[in-house]
Amino acid sequence: MTGTTGRLRRLAVAIPYLWLLAFTLAPFAIVLRLSLSDADTALPPYAPHFEGFSGLGDFLAALDLENFRLLADDGLYWGSYLASLRIAGLTTLFALAIGYPLAYAMASAPRRWQGVLLVAVILPFWTSFLIRVYAWIGILRPDGLLDGALMALGLTSEPLRLLNTEAAVLIGMVYSYLPFMVLPLFTTLQKLDRTLLEAAADLGAKPSHAFLTVTLPLSLPGILAGTALVFIPAVGEFVIPDLLGGPDTAMIGKVLWTEFFSNRDWPLASAVAVVLLLVLVLPLALLQRARLARGGAP
Amino acid sequence: MRRLGPGLVLALAAGLAFLYLPIVALVAYSFNASRLVTVWGGFSTRWYGALLGNQPLLDAAWLSLRLATVSATLATVLGTLAALALARHRRFAGRALFSGLVLAPLVMPEVVTGLSLLLMFVAADVERGFWTVTVAHATFGMGFACIVVQARLSGFDRSLEEAAQDLGATPLVTFATVTLPLIVPGVAAAWMLAFTLSLDDLVIASFTTGPGATTLPMRLYSAVRLGVSPEINAACTLMIATVASVVIAASLLLKREDRVRG
Repeated sequence: MTGTTGRLRRLAVAIPYLWLLAFTLAPFAIVLRLSLSDADTALPPYAPHFEGFSGLGDFLAALDLENFRLLADDGLYWGSYLASLRIAGLTTLFALAIGYPLAYAMASAPRRWQGVLLVAVILPFWTSFLIRVYAWIGILRPDGLLDGALMALGLTSEPLRLLNTEAAVLIGMVYSYLPFMVLPLFTTLQKLDRTLLEAAADLGAKPSHAFLTVTLPLSLPGILAGTALVFIPAVGEFVIPDLLGGPDTAMIGKVLWTEFFSNRDWPLASAVAVVLLLVLVLPLALLQRARLARGGAP
Repeated sequence: MRRLGPGLVLALAAGLAFLYLPIVALVAYSFNASRLVTVWGGFSTRWYGALLGNQPLLDAAWLSLRLATVSATLATVLGTLAALALARHRRFAGRALFSGLVLAPLVMPEVVTGLSLLLMFVAADVERGFWTVTVAHATFGMGFACIVVQARLSGFDRSLEEAAQDLGATPLVTFATVTLPLIVPGVAAAWMLAFTLSLDDLVIASFTTGPGATTLPMRLYSAVRLGVSPEINAACTLMIATVASVVIAASLLLKREDRVRG
């Protein structure tokens, strides 16, 4: 390898690496540091109180677990973390229930249709997330489109009052995250070797039995990928509970936002962020380790 | 030729209806003459006219477009470099940390990304505005760009590069004439994804912006919180039409490219 090649290659690694250290790792470190500070020494504007990266010794001396104690003691925060996990879990289940048949139908469609169907599923994802949530306000609000349609059909006699409830949040979340479930499922199901199903049929398996013993196990990687892609961002979601939920839908993303922007308690908001990361990243890291330990493919 | 059974046709129709009904309703009501969402007052384009007079919204849209263009370009360059680094260097110091940091935006909730970047900008005493949001979006988009380019690189025939090098091409010439043209569809897709993510982002922009830099999603968000309005429906319809035409054009282009390449 020549000298220039080596230098170029090092540069190609160094540029993104330095960027990530500066704009991903350093910010984490600061959140962690601030989560261990007192609110009164870190009240905004808190820049003057922050001695920069040089005063590392003072940094460590001033560490304080106060915020985490508060998080542990106050039921509001526990409740929000649990509510977020529950809503994200339900979102994932519903997305799977709607997404699996959809992805299965897409993968079973004639080849020349598959491309079109794929674009059709991705297209809403490319249009603004905020717009898609906003569209649901018009549908779910009292005397909105859904109530109008149901009452016109004579199915209900009074408005359902879905907006500002947890049901509305769930509908909005399932709707917004559905493409993230469908895409990995479609890719897995499309690659599925259909001769295996024919073999199962030849050996006398009923279609339902073949589905349960052949298709479902083979599509497990797609199910896992879709579940991760929906569940993880859903836990920290802020916009949907804020726009579609009511005052009692306290998801943790909304709590963090409120602590930061309304209560201006930066250290507590940081502590909320640190615990949220632990809740999300720790299980993933453990899963990854378990996989590596088993010697399986990543 | 495979045929879909009635059950699968139903699954497909129901799934697509769920995805499209809200959007269709929104577009339809943007042409409603009445201010009320429940009452159809006849066809009208008056809300589109009102939109043209809404200077704050137009300013926000222009800012968002500029911001998305710059941050997507940065994200694509950084993401492509990162993808090349991960694909070509089996071992380098801190490789695990590097790949973890690249993928962080995919795992991290946006509120956490936004908060941590803001705290860093405050600590570094940087004035917040256009450039802080651009840096935040570039960092966020870089992870997604890296994944897209990596997918393209996984099917890459390394012998083509080796052939160019054997024929005396310098590394830069090899990259420009062999590597880049081969991964260009991936790079273009990465740019589009980063562009859309930036254009769409409310949470990270809200944290990292400063006075005078209000993006379109921030403007829409405050309007939406005040209630449903036909003018916002019109703005949303225009955005949907723009995105839809770009995506359809791009997918047709990519399809043609695939056919040309066989």
